[in-house]
Amino acid sequence: MTNPIAILDYGAGNLVSVKKALDWLGFESVITSDPAEVRRSRKIILPGVGHFAATTALTRSGLQSEITAAISRGTPFLGICVGMQWMFNGSDESPETRGLGLFAGSCSRFPAHVKSPHVGWNRLEISSSSRLFRGVPSTSFVYFTHSYYAPINGSTSAACDYAGPFSAAVERDHVFGVQFHPEKSGAVGLRLLRNFCQL
Amino acid sequence: MLTKRIIACLDVDAGRVVKGIQFTNLRDAGDPVELARTHAENGADEIVLLDISAAKQQRSTLLDTVARTAKELFIPFTVGGGIRSLPEAASVFSAGADKISINSAALADPSLITRIADRFGSQAVVIAIDAKRRARAADDRPCCEGPCCDRAWFAFTHGGRTPTGRNAIEWALEAESRGAGEILLTSMDRDGTAAGFDCDLTRAVADSVRIPVIASGGAGDARHFVEVFRTGHADAALAASIFHYGLHSLVDLKRQLSAEGIPMRLPC
Repeated sequence: MTNPIAILDYGAGNLVSVKKALDWLGFESVITSDPAEVRRSRKIILPGVGHFAATTALTRSGLQSEITAAISRGTPFLGICVGMQWMFNGSDESPETRGLGLFAGSCSRFPAHVKSPHVGWNRLEISSSSRLFRGVPSTSFVYFTHSYYAPINGSTSAACDYAGPFSAAVERDHVFGVQFHPEKSGAVGLRLLRNFCQL
Repeated sequence: MLTKRIIACLDVDAGRVVKGIQFTNLRDAGDPVELARTHAENGADEIVLLDISAAKQQRSTLLDTVARTAKELFIPFTVGGGIRSLPEAASVFSAGADKISINSAALADPSLITRIADRFGSQAVVIAIDAKRRARAADDRPCCEGPCCDRAWFAFTHGGRTPTGRNAIEWALEAESRGAGEILLTSMDRDGTAAGFDCDLTRAVADSVRIPVIASGGAGDARHFVEVFRTGHADAALAASIFHYGLHSLVDLKRQLSAEGIPMRLPC
């Protein structure tokens, strides 16, 4: 009997769709804000919708130290959207809020000459070595909705282009981040979530 | 490159899809669950479910429909129709919607946009604008005294029955500034005509706001979609009956648009 996958609830937005996708894939999960539950979980997903500043709730609630400890224990971790951005140093959206700094760089706003938020299906350029994207065609489309983007760095596992290239996904060892919404990206997204759940 | 979205709309009355469905391979053609799944399999980039029930007290029916539809749908899912408050929006999100669409309630109390956006994010708030072009009336609230408002598009509520006197472009700009994430823009002049989208209206709004605009009303054939993307500057286009009647297989439509140079998500 394994512990369920923890979907972290930090009071921002709607977590139902991630849980629904895991249910459909047949993986047991629990939406939780309980640090003890996080400590027990075998995998952690940090969904993100809303504002970068909402991540301060992770610090206040004690979840941040549990996340850091879990990552250093080797627990697979997946940050989605703002959950991915939080693993960078910070974001122009909330300069006073610090990120985890697991990935190099800081998040910036899309320039004024393009529509923002970047909403819709855009094409990925996936690195062949990615574990998260195993079995996913290298130029698949996924669904984005965001106004701030993370830069390309040495851990970028999938790039996307909107007013220039940005990190659509990052990956290092057992730590993963995706800017898009796998739970809303059809068969491609479900495959990615299955890959994560089966790590 | 960001693709243009093709959105399939389900008009639902008391839990059943209306507007004459002619898919032949469905066990239950009026079932929103099965139709949404079929549209998704056929390449729809997004599903919008609009509750047009006359009896608005049957919220539990809507929530049950949303929950059953969302359970097997893994593309963006918007729900609209009669959402009047933050708690009502919250219950629709809990049932599995990714975005809610509001029209009358936002015009009655524009602060509702901000309250929902603060709680669920701007990406979850779609403002539906039903616009009709007409000469200015005495009790209108035009954006200016200039010629742009002499014969302009005005916003209507309650299924197009109630004029608000609000200039549609000015209302779209206010909705954006209050935190709306997208505009769902329906031309009442074209809705149901199959004569093509109102490209003038769509471009006027799409060029004014920075958030994406979904064009709706008037889709009849593939050419209309090409026009609304190319001339109307739409970010997405929505249709209901042309997909339901099976005039267009969604994936065939997307292939035609792609051949015309419109960026599409293919294969779906």
